[in-house]
Amino acid sequence: MSEEKPESSGNEPRGPKPRKISPARIGVYAFLIISAIFFTLPLWVMLMTSLKTMPEIRMGYLFNWPQEISFDAWVKAWDTACTGRDCNGLKPGFWNSVKITVPSTILSIVIAAINGYALSFWRFKGSNFFFGLLLFGAFVPYQVVIYPLIIAFREIGIFATLPGIIILHSIFGMPILTLLFRNFFGSLPMDLFKAARIDGAGFWQIFFWIMLPMSVPISIVAVILQVTGIWNDFLFGSVFAGRANMPMTVQLNNIVTTTTGIREYNVNMAATILSAAVPLVVYFVSGKWFVRGIAAGAVKG
Amino acid sequence: MENISVSIKDLSLRFGRIEVLNSMNLEIKQGEFLVLLGPSGCGKSTLLNCIAGLLDVSDGQIFIEGKNVTWEEPKDRGIGMVFQSYALYPQMSVEKNLSFGLRVAGMKKPEIEERVKRAAEILQIEPLLNRKPVELSGGQRQRVAIGRALVRDVDVFLFDEPLSNLDAKLRSELRVEIKLLHQKLSNTMIYVTHDQIEALTLADRVAVMKGGVIQQLDDPTTIYEKPVNLFVAGFMGSPSMNFLHGEVIEKQGNQSVSFKGIEIPIRSYPSINGIKTGTKVILGARPEYIKIDEKEEGTVGPFEAVVEVYEPMGADSIVWILLGGKEISVRVAAGKRYTPEEKISVYFKIPSVSIFDAATEQRL
Repeated sequence: MSEEKPESSGNEPRGPKPRKISPARIGVYAFLIISAIFFTLPLWVMLMTSLKTMPEIRMGYLFNWPQEISFDAWVKAWDTACTGRDCNGLKPGFWNSVKITVPSTILSIVIAAINGYALSFWRFKGSNFFFGLLLFGAFVPYQVVIYPLIIAFREIGIFATLPGIIILHSIFGMPILTLLFRNFFGSLPMDLFKAARIDGAGFWQIFFWIMLPMSVPISIVAVILQVTGIWNDFLFGSVFAGRANMPMTVQLNNIVTTTTGIREYNVNMAATILSAAVPLVVYFVSGKWFVRGIAAGAVKG
Repeated sequence: MENISVSIKDLSLRFGRIEVLNSMNLEIKQGEFLVLLGPSGCGKSTLLNCIAGLLDVSDGQIFIEGKNVTWEEPKDRGIGMVFQSYALYPQMSVEKNLSFGLRVAGMKKPEIEERVKRAAEILQIEPLLNRKPVELSGGQRQRVAIGRALVRDVDVFLFDEPLSNLDAKLRSELRVEIKLLHQKLSNTMIYVTHDQIEALTLADRVAVMKGGVIQQLDDPTTIYEKPVNLFVAGFMGSPSMNFLHGEVIEKQGNQSVSFKGIEIPIRSYPSINGIKTGTKVILGARPEYIKIDEKEEGTVGPFEAVVEVYEPMGADSIVWILLGGKEISVRVAAGKRYTPEEKISVYFKIPSVSIFDAATEQRL
């Protein structure tokens, strides 16, 4: 449409609208900054305390920068802190957690992906009922099933073993992961599946050749959920892992709650930060993927 | 009987209590281009999915090339299918998309290359073979989707609204291409659409469907000119047929349809079995069979009318007029201009109109 050119007197509105800082915007930023400070303050205190020596900690001044930076507490937490009678620090716990988390994550995601795929595309009679039953599992409080599980695992002979705890984590991850994958696959066009069937591909061929390559984003979300969830687990680890496979969280608890001698706050703080490091790194590295994947899964509920 | 390509016998499909297809019978000749046309929810896509083997039928049989395929897997039916959403495998290149079915079937590499090359040649997509689907335009994607059916050397092509996602210009271009492809390959093709232009231009025969039942199965001209019932008449044509509700009267042995005091003589109407005087009827006249100020061979009139709206459409124009208080569309040549409130006289080309029984809605 040919409109008359506006007079270039300078006051006429033209081009992009100038941005103004409105009071609402200031309010939003103020709220965000205050919230950020509120949540990072404990981390700050932990970090500072872990770098201080015990005499300095006793002086108080929780928020102050250490007068003399010392990494002794970190070394001790990792290498020589005592958990009960053993004095090997968190090191064995860290490797135990890795040994539990990695296989559990892989196993649960593989099964959940197949579950979600079958529930979305190969609808069988009662598949919705089956899915509902599976989801129901997400609402069962863990404490209720612990005792029956102990007995069942003992009877099978996998109680207090590494395979036992791996299977347990895989089972308890199943409802939420299946939901995640089912919703993701449900958002893919059905025509894609039909086209593959016309092309002659079967259940596994469609899964491996077509569906799996498309589900990278949602798989990353699943990895994040599982790694952080299993790494942070304390209850199952302390009950089902067995003495030889105690995960990091259990060891951390043992270090922190030791009642003999003086409380070494700097060692406790260092140990806590070390234990929380893995989930923190996972969140920071993959935050973008996480939001994207959750949003993708949420399109069709 | 031997040149029947696809044969559907007493086919029914129910989802729970909802009956989508009701004992349908249909025979499609070798090399025929059949279009299934109907509004959404009429069961046309469902029928196509049944033929493809993507839906299990509730009752009846499907034969393809003389073989009963009712219980066969889609891949064993000798069919290729093109979807509305293209359904290209997004993480595979065009070449891999084309060859997927062949690789799954375990075909030897040289043969696969040969077939992909030939299909790409026919569809002129050779320069695109290494691209991913996201890098293609809508038209190119649809071509690849057709290619996927082509490489598999199938007897029957199934199209599920393949052009609905394209813009108008591309749609008409690809329509011509599909017609050319059919002329070149002379495979049997079954094509589902809700677009009547596609149906009329492409089809050897059109099956107009409603509520899971084929209303009329005929060549496009017959469907357009002699619709068997009110639904087909109203569905085909744009703007749609004008319907005048009236009653048949008789004066001195000559029958007329009386419509709001206007008497339209129907002596020259080629009725099937004659029309009883006193029947309540609907006279259906397409916009092009009503003339303004123009007496022709076989027209009746004049009838007084008033111009309401004038719509120039390029190649021709549509004039909306009021005849006896009823709004009626008339197609006129592009050069003519009319102004609102203008008084005009109209003529009906009775041999070309359709008359339906108002009660049964069937053609008389």
